[in-house]
Amino acid sequence: MKPSKDAKNIHVVICSGTTCFLMGASELFGIEKTIEGSLASRITVEGSPCMNLCKGGSYGKAPFVRVNDTLISTATLPKVIEEIRRQASL
Amino acid sequence: MLYNNTATHIRRELLVKVASLALKGLLKERIDRVPLEMIPKGQPSIRCCIHHDRAVIKYRLLAILGFAMEKETDELRPLSSYAEEALNRSRVDEGPVLTVIDEACSACVQSHYFVTNACRGCVARPCVWNCPKKAIQMINGQARIDGSLCVNCGLCQKVCPYHAIVKVPVPCEEACPVGAISKDSQGKEHIDFSICIYCGKCMNECPFGAIVERSQMLDVIQTLLSGKTLVALVAPAIVGQLPGDYPQLVTALRALGFHKVYEVAQGADETIEHEAKELVERLQGGEPFMTTSCCPAYTRCVEIHVPELKPHISATKSPMLYTAEKARDENPGTLVVFIGPCVAKKEEAIQSGKVDFVLNTEELGALLVAKEIDVPHCEPSTILNTPSDGARSFPIAGKVSQAVAQKVKETVEGIQVRPIVVDGIDRQNLKLLRQVIKTKSEGNLMEVMACQGGCVAGPVTISKPMAAAKKIEDWIQKNTTQKSKTQEMVAIEEKTLVGAR
Ligand code: FES
Repeated sequence: MKPSKDAKNIHVVICSGTTCFLMGASELFGIEKTIEGSLASRITVEGSPCMNLCKGGSYGKAPFVRVNDTLISTATLPKVIEEIRRQASL
Repeated sequence: MLYNNTATHIRRELLVKVASLALKGLLKERIDRVPLEMIPKGQPSIRCCIHHDRAVIKYRLLAILGFAMEKETDELRPLSSYAEEALNRSRVDEGPVLTVIDEACSACVQSHYFVTNACRGCVARPCVWNCPKKAIQMINGQARIDGSLCVNCGLCQKVCPYHAIVKVPVPCEEACPVGAISKDSQGKEHIDFSICIYCGKCMNECPFGAIVERSQMLDVIQTLLSGKTLVALVAPAIVGQLPGDYPQLVTALRALGFHKVYEVAQGADETIEHEAKELVERLQGGEPFMTTSCCPAYTRCVEIHVPELKPHISATKSPMLYTAEKARDENPGTLVVFIGPCVAKKEEAIQSGKVDFVLNTEELGALLVAKEIDVPHCEPSTILNTPSDGARSFPIAGKVSQAVAQKVKETVEGIQVRPIVVDGIDRQNLKLLRQVIKTKSEGNLMEVMACQGGCVAGPVTISKPMAAAKKIEDWIQKNTTQKSKTQEMVAIEEKTLVGAR
């Protein structure tokens, strides 16, 4: 399916603070190369400083990723891609 | 294998847990609860049941506390008792840095070839015809391999037009370039440390995370808490491993309690200097070639598996050792910690007696997270002793020989260095190393790195190798432009001074 011109852009923000980076965020960059081409053109990927979600013992839930307004914890490539697909089909 | 998998996530979470309990002085009191916290009741288990999962967590913790699995003689001994022993020791237990959790090892079936359902039972039957051992028969319209006759040559797989034949490997055995890991009578894997080169490949490839490194993180924490002075030697590969840049990392390390921070690239400059001199001497003395010596997995590999190559290894010390000597000279009485992405370096450090502890990339990350230090938020420190660009590029494959060649070019006339690079020690390249002596090679300086891509692809890394290499290159680039800018500024200032006079 070709994206229509007015298809909304999906904004992916990957937390790149020390905690998220250690817990796996480093593997998430390059997601635009992993995801299918039709979606790759619709996403913008950006790193973010620590989102302050990792403090007080919550490091186990890192890495954190936001796909538009949806927050994903213990984010992995499949999890993030699934969320992007979900939002793309809305 | 992609590094970001569940086993990695669990290991890193455990490292942070142990670090943060130790920093708060609660380790002994709380460590017995950790397996329960990690695998709470009511959640689906990864292995057969949550009790097995918890047992594996216990053994992972044992390695994080610094113990080898063989240390366990009484299964009822609680983690708290091990923690107590670890907190009170003054030296890390001797012995190999790797250890196998047999509770986690799934005793994969012996590596073999297998005919899948994709087999069409074709008329041509190239598998049957090509099998040198007549091990393949057609049963119910599909090929079947008789395991007792098969010699795992793989010909059938190559010739099958439907790609119906697969190799079912044992990942750790497959990864080991020197055949040091094999099954015992129970089918569990064991490492033969007399031939292991500590490249760490088995550890990364085991999908069950059954091979682990014994950590010295606790010893570092205890020393930091005791108020003794510790200096950090930071391997150039580390620059690519964490967010933020190196000057910020220096601040982060000081916030952790390190008294001083040395870039191991400083030692790399010494290595370049000495290795260049040595190479010229050797070539002028009529030797056909020399090899680098900075990768400890490679030097050990030669020692044990390719002894005929030994006389050709450079006698020059590794950047870590030069830096350690310098740090010791400048700070008498302090303890020295090397931080890097390598398993073999830990072994080298222990053997050398010049480095007290080694932290790997993940352990450094865990310490920072436990202390809630975010590197990108740290003020950058001023770096006084700037190593050369070549030295800072050491962790990228090909750059060591390039730096040495460059040095020779700058200092000696009439000698042409022709570097060749053996990028990664796998079985294929090990064969190549064995033939180097016999075949006449084009090159006269051979660089060998155990990890393909160089130290940026080390066994304990956080960033992807390409991303890490790029970050290092960008950083070097940034520094050179800055350097030339300051030089320009100095020049302009001098000019104005001259003018003013
Ligand atoms: S590092 Fe991601 S929330 Fe803190």
